[in-house]
Amino acid sequence: MKLDVLYFAWLRERIGEPSERVETDAATVGDLVTELRGRDERHALAFSDMAAVRVAVDQELSDLDAPLDGAREVAFFPPMTGG
Amino acid sequence: MGVRVQREDFDLGAELVALRAGRTDIGALVSFTGLVRDNAGGQPVTAMELEHYPAMTAKALESIEAEAHGRWSLQASLILHRFGPLAPGDQIMMVATASAHRAAAFEAAEFLMDYLKSRAPFWKKEATAEGGIWVDARDEDETAIGRWSERGRDGG
Repeated sequence: MKLDVLYFAWLRERIGEPSERVETDAATVGDLVTELRGRDERHALAFSDMAAVRVAVDQELSDLDAPLDGAREVAFFPPMTGG
Repeated sequence: MGVRVQREDFDLGAELVALRAGRTDIGALVSFTGLVRDNAGGQPVTAMELEHYPAMTAKALESIEAEAHGRWSLQASLILHRFGPLAPGDQIMMVATASAHRAAAFEAAEFLMDYLKSRAPFWKKEATAEGGIWVDARDEDETAIGRWSERGRDGG
């Protein structure tokens, strides 16, 4: 399946791109992270501490166990600091 | 109910007047305004960049607002949040809540703020002499959310 993967804040800076289109068979968010980590050093660094990373699947807050079946957009970002 | 996400500044007074325009059933109107501070942990801050996730922001804010309306009897509310480049002293965002009596409006405004802090997809980057620093989420922001679930959904 094809997924749009989005990055925000320091994750965007570490990856070097705000988004990328990914062809993947990952079943869960966690599987996708493992795949992305293997891409290159920038991805490995960005995903080195998952305690500092939050995820949204199709614009809804989610977690690493979430299935990707039918998903179109996955976003990774640090804990939010609104307000 | 209302949610706005914009780059432009806003007129707090005009927003509050608009929120209660034509209404005579509102007895209490509470507002909170977030501003850019000129220092972070003793370090001077010269500017702030506020990044957000456009496709998700309005949706997240609307869901937070709906949750507040489910818990308190509110006659009106507004969440307005800016993004983009900001300077010390600038307004970052505001919430306003209106109810018949003050308790609901005060509590709902605090609830909205607690949720906005860690559930709305915004990220702040402060410019300092040492370069840009992403503002860290604070543990107490997560703790602040927890107290609302302990209090249940009975309206406080």
